[in-house]
Amino acid sequence: MSEVILMKGNEAIGEAAIRANCRHFFGYPITPQTEVLEYLARRLPEEGGAYVQAESEISAINMVFGASCAGARVMTASSSPGISLMQEGISYIASAQLPAVIINIMRGAPGLGGIHPSQADYFQSVKGGGHGDYKLIVLAPSSVQELIDHTMLAFELSEKYRTPVMVFGDGMLGQMMEPVVFPDYLPPPVDRPWATTGMEGRGPNIVHTLYLPAPDLENHCHRLFDKYRDIEAREKRSQEYFTDDAEILVVSYGIASRVARAGVEMAREAGIKAGLFRPITLWPFPDLQLQAAAKQARLLISAEISMGQMIEDVRLGIRDKVPVKLFNRIGLVPNPDEIFEFIKAEAGEVSKIG
Amino acid sequence: MTRVIFNEERCKGCGLCIQFCPKSIMYLSEQRNRLGYNYAIIDDMAGCTGCAICALMCPEVIIEVVEEAAV
Amino acid sequence: MAKIKGYQRPQTLHDKPWHFCPGCHHGIVHRLCAEVVEEMGLQSQTIGVGSVGCGVFSYNYFNFDGIGPSHGRAPAVATGVKRVLPDKLVFTYQGDGDLAAIGTTEMVHSAVRGENITIIFVNNTLYGMTGGQMAPTTLMGQQTTTTPRGRTREQAGYPMKVCEMLATMDGSAYIARTAVFNPAQVLKTKKAIRKAFETQMAGLGFSLVEVLSACPTNWGMNPLEALDHVKDNMLPVYPLGEFKLKKE
Repeated sequence: MSEVILMKGNEAIGEAAIRANCRHFFGYPITPQTEVLEYLARRLPEEGGAYVQAESEISAINMVFGASCAGARVMTASSSPGISLMQEGISYIASAQLPAVIINIMRGAPGLGGIHPSQADYFQSVKGGGHGDYKLIVLAPSSVQELIDHTMLAFELSEKYRTPVMVFGDGMLGQMMEPVVFPDYLPPPVDRPWATTGMEGRGPNIVHTLYLPAPDLENHCHRLFDKYRDIEAREKRSQEYFTDDAEILVVSYGIASRVARAGVEMAREAGIKAGLFRPITLWPFPDLQLQAAAKQARLLISAEISMGQMIEDVRLGIRDKVPVKLFNRIGLVPNPDEIFEFIKAEAGEVSKIG
Repeated sequence: MTRVIFNEERCKGCGLCIQFCPKSIMYLSEQRNRLGYNYAIIDDMAGCTGCAICALMCPEVIIEVVEEAAV
Repeated sequence: MAKIKGYQRPQTLHDKPWHFCPGCHHGIVHRLCAEVVEEMGLQSQTIGVGSVGCGVFSYNYFNFDGIGPSHGRAPAVATGVKRVLPDKLVFTYQGDGDLAAIGTTEMVHSAVRGENITIIFVNNTLYGMTGGQMAPTTLMGQQTTTTPRGRTREQAGYPMKVCEMLATMDGSAYIARTAVFNPAQVLKTKKAIRKAFETQMAGLGFSLVEVLSACPTNWGMNPLEALDHVKDNMLPVYPLGEFKLKKE
């Protein structure tokens, strides 16, 4: 099992789902995610599973809703415009407290945008996206290996908390090949006594999201948010590099965090006390870990492939005690040099103030 | 003998049972139930053949038709 | 001791009051679905998928497993359930706003795939729950709150004929249109529902039963006038019958 193989990101996601005993997938083609679909269209029938190519992302997410109601471990995958179409379904899945895994291999937008790597769906995924009061667990892998690990973790978290989980990749992670190892790990099986499988030996099970009396709706939302607080208390994840004495702390996730780390290493070689804080869960955002990592920081840099979305959570996370600047590129993953130059320029400014 | 049992409190007085009763023995009461509707009733139960067409047409599913042994 | 002769409420329906208006045919169609499930011995093997509209509470009334999906998406949800549980009876219960407007895509492609599910389609030619707006099925000239001068070709085109359309698809196995405006029609509707469920359990493919139904409240008629309206004004546009009957 622990053999090292070379694999493309999107196909690694498909294989990770199979190894995690996911046997039901519903999707729709969209670049740069399509290989997830193609891989599972080939592999799931071999494993006795069901692959359905839906007529739209709207239908795909509702097939996921149905399969989850029926007690299956289930996944869908898409890219930004398709994920927009799934928002209605995600709201229903969250409200119905159904486990489901949604892969988003992001591309540049708004509108049709482009097919280049992007991180511009942060607000949509982390702040809501669909209607109503709900939260979505969002995992941000930064390598093909982590696409595998996070896909497996996503099943575990979604079933543990009965809530949808999004794996937040991008066009570069989806398309690139890297050496990977499939872990000897299985998301633990969970009982689903609530599933609508036919009322053999019990009363009827109902999965719904309608709460017409106001007190029922209020209680429902409080129940959801009790669960979300529990997730916030237990599941915040992050990584840190050179943060002990960092005066300039770069905050970056996903593919951007890899080049940010290289840029930080270049800054260290140049004698600049730079560090990197990498959120792995975007919701729940690891704010306490960020505060600890930023103890010595005089400046934070939010490095992301969007016009500045995570930066709002960085500011909230640090309680606005330290200034936060944005480094961003759109339509491409920046070079380490660019981040290094940005850090260097800011280090000059910081020392002037100091 | 046949007996038609109405759950009168749930009748909404739509009259479909009355319309299709082949013996024309059903009618709407002048009394209103708690919902505020004049509800369907039968006085002449001896005229009932037990065909259950009233139950077939009742949208509220509040009519049952049973056979009772004579006491 | 009372003995059942004529009729007893099925065990597959909870004994609770409907939310339906007086004379609404939803109650009859709900009951027929429940009776067929009971008579086929499938109470523990059935998953009902509801809809949004006047059919929204079906899962509260049926005494078997139920799901409340979003507006129009019931056939996609039913597809997900059926692909996980291929041996169970999976049916949706949808009105004409839910099925023939917002849910057209899901309906058509379930039929295209030959998805082995059943749709029970209650057509009363308007949106009932929201207070009587025009639906794709609204008759020409019919007044609704959004066609206050009657439906016109210029503004809203023509009534949508679901059975005729789906019968053209190779994936559909049983397609029928029935009504419940008199006892004979009620019995025919029950037979059609039974055939549809049997078609599914035999694995023959997609099935749909459209039931022409009355909405006395939003039609502005009493329940008896509404029966005549179905017979006199809906039948000429929506002829009854079996449009597709695949034997194997």
